Amino acid sequence: MRARDIDGRSRISVAQQAFNEVVDGLPDETQLGIRVLGATYRGKDKKQGCLDTQQIVPVGPVDRTQAKAAVAGLRPTGFTPVGLALRSAAQDLGTGSTTRRIVLITDGEDTCAPPDPCEVARELAAQGTRLVVDTLGLAPDEKVRRQLLCIAGATGGTYTAAQSADELTGRIKQLVDRARDTYTAAPAVVDGTGACDGAPMLAPGVYTDREAFSEHRWYRVPVRPGQELRASVSVALDRPVNPDYGVLLRATAPDGRELVRGVDAGSGRTDVVSAGLRWSAAEEKDAAASPEPTPSGVQAARTVCLVVSNSFAPRGGTRAEPGMPVELTVDLVAASPAPDGPDLGRGWALLLLLTLAGLVTGLLAGLLTRWWVATWREN
Amino acid sequence: MRTPIRVAAAMAAAGLTLTPAAALAAPSPSPGAATVTKAGTSFLTATTITAGQPVRVGASTGDHLYWSFRADAGQVHEIGVTVTFPKRRTGASTWTVDVFDGLRRRQACTAGAQTPTAATAATSVALGCTLRRVRPWAEPWSGDPLPGTYYVRLSVTDLPEPDLGLPIEVDLLVGAVDEGGASGDDGELAAALVPNTRAGTVLTAEPTPEPVAEEETDLTGWLPEAGSRWVWTTVGGVLAAVAGVAGFALTRRPRRR
Repeated sequence: MRARDIDGRSRISVAQQAFNEVVDGLPDETQLGIRVLGATYRGKDKKQGCLDTQQIVPVGPVDRTQAKAAVAGLRPTGFTPVGLALRSAAQDLGTGSTTRRIVLITDGEDTCAPPDPCEVARELAAQGTRLVVDTLGLAPDEKVRRQLLCIAGATGGTYTAAQSADELTGRIKQLVDRARDTYTAAPAVVDGTGACDGAPMLAPGVYTDREAFSEHRWYRVPVRPGQELRASVSVALDRPVNPDYGVLLRATAPDGRELVRGVDAGSGRTDVVSAGLRWSAAEEKDAAASPEPTPSGVQAARTVCLVVSNSFAPRGGTRAEPGMPVELTVDLVAASPAPDGPDLGRGWALLLLLTLAGLVTGLLAGLLTRWWVATWREN
Repeated sequence: MRTPIRVAAAMAAAGLTLTPAAALAAPSPSPGAATVTKAGTSFLTATTITAGQPVRVGASTGDHLYWSFRADAGQVHEIGVTVTFPKRRTGASTWTVDVFDGLRRRQACTAGAQTPTAATAATSVALGCTLRRVRPWAEPWSGDPLPGTYYVRLSVTDLPEPDLGLPIEVDLLVGAVDEGGASGDDGELAAALVPNTRAGTVLTAEPTPEPVAEEETDLTGWLPEAGSRWVWTTVGGVLAAVAGVAGFALTRRPRRR
């Protein structure tokens, strides 16, 4: 942070200026906290230096003068406990049902592993609270870039290399804006099972789960006659995998008969692979599907099983645990019956054709009548 | 006598060439539309835009940017994206614009450079995607485009790793051409493909059976809607009858005065 390589100024002064501008432009309702790492301990003891992280502005509505004063007094020191800082920042934000965003700004790689900051990020993301870490590297070198990319990828966040004060300010402002926009209810956490029997029963809504490589996760949805089931799934690639991959979402009857499937595959760098399906019970005229007799005037719901599977292959050294994030949306809407359109036509061409046909028929009928009248008169 | 027929033929030819040209014209922003300066980073956080609304947003190389727009039956949408690189890059990069429907099903592009590669020295790259015409109805098992939400995702699929994180400028515009022809005769989707984004609830018990709702019969339900095949064909029949009488009358000897 002391290196003077951004527009001839030290990285810390650029970061401080950027922060001041961001704090000035903050909307009043934004809840923000600031935590620093490697800012107070000046000794050489690694053990103690690696515990050096403090929350200098508690999470809440921002007190601008206090936040600026706290940031102005910062001086960089030697150690960079990124993993510990991330873990503490997640604690600062607390638990709840809304999305939390951490913006990590650093110029140096973590010097305190273990814990490896990337593993920490993945572990935090898997804890149920929806947590996204956006990372910003100040004039980053290769090691910093790799580490920040890994942290961002593990949590569905972004990575930016900032080479100037303007870039840094603009990006932080954008991230803060985004945090405010995406401060919505997070998906419900669900735990899919290995078979349809006993799988969690889902109402319409968005769910999140974790799925390991080559794992199958089952869910159940009750669908009434006249309803259409809509489901979609996204599996996130939060770790390095082989370049070709796919995801399969199937809807099956409880006896294992497949009803419909949604599939997508791809190759190359991506964030999520998604598939979706529609299925409506009204279309199915299969009496054997509901063996138990239902009392007249009552519609019993049929159970449809949803199974999510993936064909991701881990790269050498990629950890399998915890599983990859799965986002599942389930919706039940009124079914759309097949149209029973009449065997009729539409359009200007039809009108023209019918008129011409009528004209020709009239002409022929007239000519025939004239000929017939003429012959009749002669005889 | 010949001139009107020739004019009619020329007009028919012009009509034939005009339709595809209109469909393939580059999208242009609608006048007075406010520029959107945001982009989402996932399906759930996609920024909502409308057709004709320009988008200009700064981002980092490697970001996956999401927008969503609403499509109605009969429309053909065309997406145009330009990515500008203000900084020097170390190698060529391949960009892609993916389009998904409300069920996150991948949508095919009928035209446009969906995955162009930007050379190392290039300062910008243009992407495009023309979607299929949105159908008013499709069987649940089919993947046809249906009315509802559509998602656009811009990402870089292949690049040298050191280029990740560099700033980019993204310009995006979604254009819509309404070709009409969406009639209830061809089926209608009871609910548009708009995703439910509320947090779900895990049910603890099977839902109780629901009493069957009595179907209400309404007199107006029997009347065919304007533009339906019933109306067209009936009008055609009437025209044919009139033309028949007219044709018959033409063959009669003119009356002596």
